[in-house]
Amino acid sequence: MSKQRKAVALISGGLDSLLAAKVLLEQGVHVEGINFYTGFCVEGHTHAIRKKGKDKVKRNNALWSAEQLGIKLHIVDVIEEYKDVLINPKHGYGANMNPCLDCKGFMVRKAMEWIKENNFDFIVTGEVIGQRPMSQRKDTMPIIARESGANDLLLRPLCAKYLPETKPEREGWVDREKLYDFSGRSRKPQMALAEKFGFSEYAQPAGGCCFLTDKSYSDRLVDLWKARDDDRNYEMDDIMLLKVGRHIRPKPHFKMIIGREDGENKFMSGYKKQFAHMYATSCVGPLVLIDGPATEEDLALAAQITARFSKGRTEPSVTVEVTDAHGVSKLLNVAPLKEHEILAEWQV
Amino acid sequence: MSVYKLDARRLLCPMPVIRTQNKIKTLKAGDTLEVICTDPGVLQDIPAWCRINGHKFLSHETVDEEIILKIEVGED
Ligand code: SF4
Repeated sequence: MSKQRKAVALISGGLDSLLAAKVLLEQGVHVEGINFYTGFCVEGHTHAIRKKGKDKVKRNNALWSAEQLGIKLHIVDVIEEYKDVLINPKHGYGANMNPCLDCKGFMVRKAMEWIKENNFDFIVTGEVIGQRPMSQRKDTMPIIARESGANDLLLRPLCAKYLPETKPEREGWVDREKLYDFSGRSRKPQMALAEKFGFSEYAQPAGGCCFLTDKSYSDRLVDLWKARDDDRNYEMDDIMLLKVGRHIRPKPHFKMIIGREDGENKFMSGYKKQFAHMYATSCVGPLVLIDGPATEEDLALAAQITARFSKGRTEPSVTVEVTDAHGVSKLLNVAPLKEHEILAEWQV
Repeated sequence: MSVYKLDARRLLCPMPVIRTQNKIKTLKAGDTLEVICTDPGVLQDIPAWCRINGHKFLSHETVDEEIILKIEVGED
């Protein structure tokens, strides 16, 4: 009997990677999943932030996919290494700050390192030609294979028939005839295959696998970099806080992050030690974090804005407790700014 | 059969899962790992990760908003 071959499948949590891994399992290949955590993944942590959808517990779709497939899943923290991919993408960005082509190349390269360390034979992805404008085009697929160093060890079972034969096909580890020829943006072939495999429920992320495809998230990221004199380095806390609250930048050097609901206020309160912050004490209102070197005068303006977002917005005066970056607190009585005084260009 | 502890407080999912996974790689079958977390997402993600990877999820309890999960390490 021929040796059972081992493949590692990149599992994003979406339908395509689920199907790609399943196609291989059906061919008797030993498959394990790998999932890379860049810090921007939609799969992570949002349930810790917002109360919305509290009734529906948010699951991690990558773990869920692996469970459906009955395979192991290895989650790899690539937060640090990913910084270079995002900050200096050789192939540029997509519609937003998503460096998809470099990102795919990076992930396949990491998978390549993993298979070498773990004695696996090849790599599987759920890519489909023409599905995504940047990374999943016929002309970009060879770039990913080449730049990652995976070359013909990278198999895309859902569109393999459009691509040159890979080593797993050539060597007979998988049967090319039983691979697919999906292309384009239609999801129908995938849905039909899901039905054939008996997957009745699966995640259908609208944009991509990460927040970087989201316009407002990307705008906030660009704003952050600009405010830091184009120093593009970032920390996990920066990434997290871009997801939370309403962001208002009244002056170029400081930004306010205003909680929109209890879940966000609670989450943000974990950052009180690191940031100047404020909230109304004479009425109910949000917690506000101040990012950037705010002066006394800036904090007074921020307090007026904080009052605007409190329940006392129509009162002549609201008391706001302001704590500066050194942890020194004081109470300010301020007149809430009027709605028209919060300028549209302040919104990030 | 030893008992080990892992502090994953303030980390957001999937980081507690990743830390648990990496810690368990260093342990032996039958050992117990106690993970202490603050992100409630772990109540969903860590049991799922254990089911997938062949470890036994023993219990969880919440004390003062800190969640303590116990896992028995399975065979590789
Ligand atoms: S959507 Fe995000 S995670 Fe997915 S390939 Fe693009 S940059 Fe990478």
